Amino acid sequence: MAHFEKAKNLNEWLDQRLAVNTLKKVMQTEYWIPKNINFLWAMGMVLAATFGILLVSGIFLLMYYKPDTNLAFDSVNYTIMSEVGYGWLWRHVHGVGASLVFLIIYIHMFTGIYYGSYKKGRELIWLSGMGLFVAFSAEAFSGYMLPWGQMSYWAGMVITNLFSGGSLEAYGLVEWIRGDYVPADAFLTRFFMLHVLLIPVAIIGLIVLHFGTLRIPHVNNQDGEEFDFAEAAELYKAGKVKESKVIPFSPVFLSKDVLVMGVYFILFFYLVFYHFEFAMDPVNFDPADGLKTPAHIYPEWYFLWSYEILRPFSKDLGLIAFAIAQVIFFMLPFLDRSPNVAPASRRGLFKYWFWLMLLDMITLTFMGKLPPTDALFANIGLVAAILFFVLWIALPIITKLEKKL
Amino acid sequence: MAKSEQGRRDFMGMALGGFTALGGIGALYAMKRSWDPLPSVKAAGFTTVDLSGAQPNVLNVEKWRGKPIFVLKKSADMKKDPRDVVVGSDHYHVSIGLCTHLGCIPAYVPDDHKFKCACHGGEFDASGHEIFGPPPSPLEIPPFKIDGTKLVLGEAGPEYKKMLDAGLTA
Amino acid sequence: MKELKIFGIVAIFTLVLYWGVEPFAHSQMHKHVEGHDFVYNGAADIEEAEAAKKEDKVKVKKAFWADVEKISKLKGDVAAGEATFAMCAGCHMEGAVNMGGVVPPPLDHAGSLYEKNYLIALIKDPAMASNVDHKYKDTMTHPMGSIKTMVSEPQDIANVVAYLKAKKAGELTTKEAFTEACARCHAMRYAKTTQLGDTPKFKYKKDELAYKIKVIDEQDLVKAYMGKLPPDLSIIIRARSEHFLETFVENPQSGLPGTSMPRVGLSHEGYEKVKTYLEEIGDPSKPAREELGPKVLLFFIIFTGLAFLWKKSRWKGHH
Repeated sequence: MAHFEKAKNLNEWLDQRLAVNTLKKVMQTEYWIPKNINFLWAMGMVLAATFGILLVSGIFLLMYYKPDTNLAFDSVNYTIMSEVGYGWLWRHVHGVGASLVFLIIYIHMFTGIYYGSYKKGRELIWLSGMGLFVAFSAEAFSGYMLPWGQMSYWAGMVITNLFSGGSLEAYGLVEWIRGDYVPADAFLTRFFMLHVLLIPVAIIGLIVLHFGTLRIPHVNNQDGEEFDFAEAAELYKAGKVKESKVIPFSPVFLSKDVLVMGVYFILFFYLVFYHFEFAMDPVNFDPADGLKTPAHIYPEWYFLWSYEILRPFSKDLGLIAFAIAQVIFFMLPFLDRSPNVAPASRRGLFKYWFWLMLLDMITLTFMGKLPPTDALFANIGLVAAILFFVLWIALPIITKLEKKL
Repeated sequence: MAKSEQGRRDFMGMALGGFTALGGIGALYAMKRSWDPLPSVKAAGFTTVDLSGAQPNVLNVEKWRGKPIFVLKKSADMKKDPRDVVVGSDHYHVSIGLCTHLGCIPAYVPDDHKFKCACHGGEFDASGHEIFGPPPSPLEIPPFKIDGTKLVLGEAGPEYKKMLDAGLTA
Repeated sequence: MKELKIFGIVAIFTLVLYWGVEPFAHSQMHKHVEGHDFVYNGAADIEEAEAAKKEDKVKVKKAFWADVEKISKLKGDVAAGEATFAMCAGCHMEGAVNMGGVVPPPLDHAGSLYEKNYLIALIKDPAMASNVDHKYKDTMTHPMGSIKTMVSEPQDIANVVAYLKAKKAGELTTKEAFTEACARCHAMRYAKTTQLGDTPKFKYKKDELAYKIKVIDEQDLVKAYMGKLPPDLSIIIRARSEHFLETFVENPQSGLPGTSMPRVGLSHEGYEKVKTYLEEIGDPSKPAREELGPKVLLFFIIFTGLAFLWKKSRWKGHH
């Protein structure tokens, strides 16, 4: 048993047992953030806040939601929306939050790509971040099943059908995944389990990992400059706050974080109260009907680029392309052969690669929403899908040729 | 929140924190309201009991708002009581079948004309008065209305209101 | 300021993304349907027949609606109309039974719910007026088809319509509007109504189940008449756009060509009442949402202002 002196106050008492003062230094007051950053560096905290909001609103939905194909739709659209005190508020917050979290995820991801924040010590930050993207995607898909509307049912049908593996015709696997021949009660309850327990726990674990992998390398800065954090920290602690290249996470960076969050929340709640159809598609307000396919089925907007890579090709080729597209982003730190950590604008051809990738993914997103019957849109989609793979093949080549900065 | 380097109070931070706390209280209120019983639950449920088939000294247990309700037709030799529900010439004891001590359901012993609670030995007479053991008060009478030979539980009829005014039940 | 430029770029890409995924995509998926503002003069019907290149139908419809127009110019005698109305009351009465697939709807507020020209057309030929004549070889076989021969004189028709407009045109609640115009075919479980009306409360489970069987029997009759059971409208207000609902109710063929749903002939005010009821049942949190929205937004605007001041205070001397 280690020796314990009588503590003078509560803070000292906690510090003796939990090292709270050391924790505070490491995580807040002496966790150094470069000054040379912009508001995009706040997206991580915005994501954490949004995840928190989804968790809390989810808790109150969970109190009244019934995971049963006969009861689910009305438990949401009647009980929660009209009987539960403020139930409508949690539902709207949860739906809008689920959509906005992906907007911020994409902004966060592309910020990382733009500034080269995925290499030279930051590979694990990128990988754990991509893991979070996959986990959030699974969470969103499983959550979308729960209201058991027409879109829930048919999205469930289409996506689980993918697992038949095209020409492999693994229908047994598809039935095993569903727990039934078609999406039915077993399908609903297992996705309920995933959405409410397994995936949130995985997300929390991944968030902890993501922070952990960030702590030692520290966040990047707008110029990708490598500098001595210890030296800058000393300067700051000596009172030379203007000259120092760093600021402490708390309270200085945190204050800017909170400002960005404030602006974000204004947008967030504007959408929650006034403009939410994009997040709560009308098609899902028709109860699930296994005998009637809606005229238009489409995934939520954040899956559209990926869906569009599946569609233009033949069955097997499409599935292979789709599978590659899911994992290719993980490979970014290893496909980028240049040692330069710098904003894309200073990285020669990579600058074009970045903006082309962004525009390509937006184009794929647009096309993924549209019916595949229109010839013009189908062709644009095909070109965009091919370009996606061309860009990834080109990446190691153009970065190998990149001049060292 | 850390104090600034110069040791000056972080007034703006405290103001922001205080304002945020106000919002937090609002959110907590919304959460409390979500926890409230739903309107469909609170809506008065009513149960109708047909007394015409009741046997004297045979306890009939009905259900009302999730609770057991004792309906006991008194036989000729059983004492009358101001708490009785009188239908024609028949006297009934009607009460919520939960011991007023800690809520167990007492059993009726017809030979003794007594309710005996197994949990801690409390006893009530055939009119629901506490006669032995820990129960602090008589068995509670639910709101009722007499409708011919039917008893409607959940509706406060004139007979029930009289009992309330006379302090015969809570 | 560089940060403003970055914010601008992010905002523009986000708005472009939103535009493509929402307004643009939806315009491609659903071609725009022009409404006729609840004016029933056969314009839509004739257009449809012309587009389908059904020359004979075009002729018939043009003639029909021209006749309707003529009748609308006649002055109707309310007293005479009341006498003629007795023929209608034979089917459209309290406690009416299912006739040919549906229970005839109540006409208590027909004068205020429905448009004058539509009422004229309906009495002249129900199938033609409600634009479901494509279902019938002979429109006499429509459940209400026999009215064609029972009340056929233009003046008689004008009289009955004048009577309805004068004596059956009181103020009605939103629920009454829905009940009279829609509820004979469409259930609303969130309002606890079926095609048989309000679902009563039962003390005994057995009675509850017996009523359910009656409802199922009625629904089977409606299903046989319509081809499929008309959908429950509890949450239709959130399942379809405002524009779709308006144009669809005005002329179901415009939204679902070939459907067996009849045009019901609601006037503008009648439709507004029905729509309000749909909102009451399908979007009951709307008033609360509109009440709380400004308060929450104001909170976050003030929050952002205070956050800005806090940020300024913490960053003093840092730049």
